[in-house]
Amino acid sequence: MALLELTDVQAAYGSVKALHGVSLSVEEGSIVALLGANGAGKTTTLRAISGTVRKVGGNVLYDDQVINLRSPEDVARMGIAHVPEGRGTLAQLTVWENLKMGAYVRRDGAGVKRDFDRVVSYFPWIGQRRDQVAVTLSGGEQQMLAIARALMLRPRMMLLDEPSLGLAPLVVRDIYRIIETINREEKTTILLVEQNARTALSAAHHAYVIEVGRIAVEGAATELASQESIRRSYLGY
Amino acid sequence: MQGVVQQIVSGLATGGVYASLALALVLIYRSMEALNFAQGEMAMFSTFIAWELITVVHLNYYLAFAITIAVSIAGGFLIERIVIRPVEKAPPLTVVLVTLGLFFVINGVAGLIWSYVIKPFPGPPGFPQAPIEFGGVSVGLQDLFLIGMTVVLLVILYAFFQYTKLGLAMRAAALYPDTSRLLGVRTSRMLALGWGLAAGVGAVSGMLIAPIEFLDPNMMQPILLYAFAAAVLGGIENPVGAVVGGFVVGVLLALIGTYVPGARDLRLAFGLVIIVAVLMVRPGGLFGRAHVARV
Amino acid sequence: MRFAGLSARAWGTAIVLLVIALLAPLFLLDRFNTIQFAYVWALAIALIGLNVLTGYSGQISLGNGAFMAIGAYTTAILYFKLKVPYGLTILPAGLIAGLAGYLFGFPALKLSGLYLALATFALALSASPVIKNFDALTNGHEGIVLPTVTDPFGFGLTNEQWLYYLALVIAVLLFVFARAMLGGATGRALRAVRDSETAAAASGISLSQFKTMAFGVSAFYAGIAGSLYATITAYVSPDSFDLPLSLSLLVGMVLGGLATLAGPVVGAAFVVWLPIFAQQAFHNKPDISYGVILVLLMFLLPQGIVGGVRQLLAWYRRRSSDGEPTAEAADLGPAAPPHAAERGTGGS
Repeated sequence: MALLELTDVQAAYGSVKALHGVSLSVEEGSIVALLGANGAGKTTTLRAISGTVRKVGGNVLYDDQVINLRSPEDVARMGIAHVPEGRGTLAQLTVWENLKMGAYVRRDGAGVKRDFDRVVSYFPWIGQRRDQVAVTLSGGEQQMLAIARALMLRPRMMLLDEPSLGLAPLVVRDIYRIIETINREEKTTILLVEQNARTALSAAHHAYVIEVGRIAVEGAATELASQESIRRSYLGY
Repeated sequence: MQGVVQQIVSGLATGGVYASLALALVLIYRSMEALNFAQGEMAMFSTFIAWELITVVHLNYYLAFAITIAVSIAGGFLIERIVIRPVEKAPPLTVVLVTLGLFFVINGVAGLIWSYVIKPFPGPPGFPQAPIEFGGVSVGLQDLFLIGMTVVLLVILYAFFQYTKLGLAMRAAALYPDTSRLLGVRTSRMLALGWGLAAGVGAVSGMLIAPIEFLDPNMMQPILLYAFAAAVLGGIENPVGAVVGGFVVGVLLALIGTYVPGARDLRLAFGLVIIVAVLMVRPGGLFGRAHVARV
Repeated sequence: MRFAGLSARAWGTAIVLLVIALLAPLFLLDRFNTIQFAYVWALAIALIGLNVLTGYSGQISLGNGAFMAIGAYTTAILYFKLKVPYGLTILPAGLIAGLAGYLFGFPALKLSGLYLALATFALALSASPVIKNFDALTNGHEGIVLPTVTDPFGFGLTNEQWLYYLALVIAVLLFVFARAMLGGATGRALRAVRDSETAAAASGISLSQFKTMAFGVSAFYAGIAGSLYATITAYVSPDSFDLPLSLSLLVGMVLGGLATLAGPVVGAAFVVWLPIFAQQAFHNKPDISYGVILVLLMFLLPQGIVGGVRQLLAWYRRRSSDGEPTAEAADLGPAAPPHAAERGTGGS
């Protein structure tokens, strides 16, 4: 069952149109990768889902509800955690405060406590550096913090914007391992956007390639990865 | 020597009032990077409400104090929703002009309801008039009350922002509004809450100064100027700075007023000088960054 | 055919209006209204100055009432101490106020937008107490009474009419002066300097000089307006120059828009007539109405004065065949909404 479905979504920044009709669907419990070059519209697609950018056409269907007009706050409260471009770390706040903000909308104190513990089990260093100011963390740690914070929402779906950006390959590998673990154990649906196609395809079940605001190619991740012509034309390797 | 200490204490007391209003200014500046020129008038209006409660309804002073704060918080919240929200996303100077409009309206309405006749306002009851002696220096208890209230205010606000969920959310919403929205924070509501809190803090400052300066619709205008001076001196984004700035300004004004001949009426001009001098030399204030690329 | 930046048609309209203005007190206006219009012309002078400051150099001032006070008190003190006839005090009033403004322009250079607003706000608040303080010179809170003015040329004008024409003539002269200074090629050059540092370097005018001059000029105009105010009222006191005066100048400027022709007159008329209207309607000072109108204006112009000016420009351009913009965009703050750039997201 498709948890998220975009139908011919068009979005604009002011008068500049960035998406010209994006259609994709994400099955519940799967990891879907959205790939493409810089400026193709990957980030804008995520923003269109979370309500951060103005949509001028098309439909965004989440859990069978049309969420076109919802504000970002409301979309978050529906269980979609968007880790934005640049990670959106609350830089001057501490690690712990970042996590607490992740749990802001939740009312179940016991559940939040359990999730804190779970997050620390994924990222042990968080337990030891709770009071460290977030801006002093390394890039990789900030990415992990961003994912941890998103987990505190207890999201049904996570939107990850370029989780590998600017990180060393070993760190990227760790992060993706955690993404896969979250998907497997928490059953969280994940839509991730990447320029680094190879890594994304190794983790994803399904993939789309976006070009100039439109979907160019889609298919099972293994298929896209195995077809050399597609890799050469669209994915750059 | 005794005279100087006395002046310093007295200066700290009025400085506490400036500090409280400066705290309100800082609260709003941190939420939306705009200066609320109507902060003083809002505080004045709150004080008039307290006056009604005390002299007309004959409520106990402390009860009236508490009710006034609560009403002011609600009032500040509403003002933000109605008057500021339409221009939330506009350039900061537009917001400034709106607050100036608010200044006019509140002052006019207060004048309409209560006239411009000066009224006395009671201080906290139960304080003996006789000053207490500290090593040969006599200090008024009312002054200590003022200083104490200011410190209490700062502690309460600090605790609120540091240790409560709502306080954390307000900090996050002010610093990182876009990301906060992605976490489900209703940033607009946080802004309104910020205005509410600021109004409550302003009400305290008004009620503290009214016994000394007497109550009339124009009474907070000089206080606003000194509060701006305090906030600028301490660093417009820094609550602790605002309080320190307030005490410094209060003491300086008291000392200058007493010991520099003929300067008593020039204190407002002195406030102007502080503002301009600090902004020119170190715009971030004592506790802010040295060079701030500010609007 | 253009002269000083305006087309023939614009000048034609202006001349027709001027003729009406010249004839009005003789045929249309009673004594009370004649005096009110005298105030309008005086205030329009102050607003022209404010337009120059905000429209051309992009600096906002909430404190020009203080410069009006300087001009008014120069006139009053010259009479009070030295018995100088009012006519000879007008220019000195402007010059002294202009000097004060020019000097204030130096610290103002380091402040911009919000902080300049704050500093000029403080200036406006300080004017009255400073006047009261130097009471040996200013007669403190009692103020200074000035003699009533009569028509010196024997034209048979009433006092009110004479004051009306005095203010009108000076306003017209100063308007033409401003126009000549800032219209056409000079104006374009100045605007280029304002908008680009390289143009500034090329033309040999530094941006700082330009900005301090602008403060000086706006204060000069305010000073002359203040002097006329004093003469018309025949009395000055510190309370005439309080914060509401400066703020009503601001309201007048915002309402009138930054068009140098109609703006100041419209704004001035508003500032003068609103209190009278409010008096009759609300038995009160005009504060509430000013405030409500200011707030509503800002709602309508969410992009601030800049956006309003652009809309005004577009409207004006569509209405007349005058291709030359008469109003300038002022950079009064960030063009983007305040939350557009988040601080320290601690990115990659």
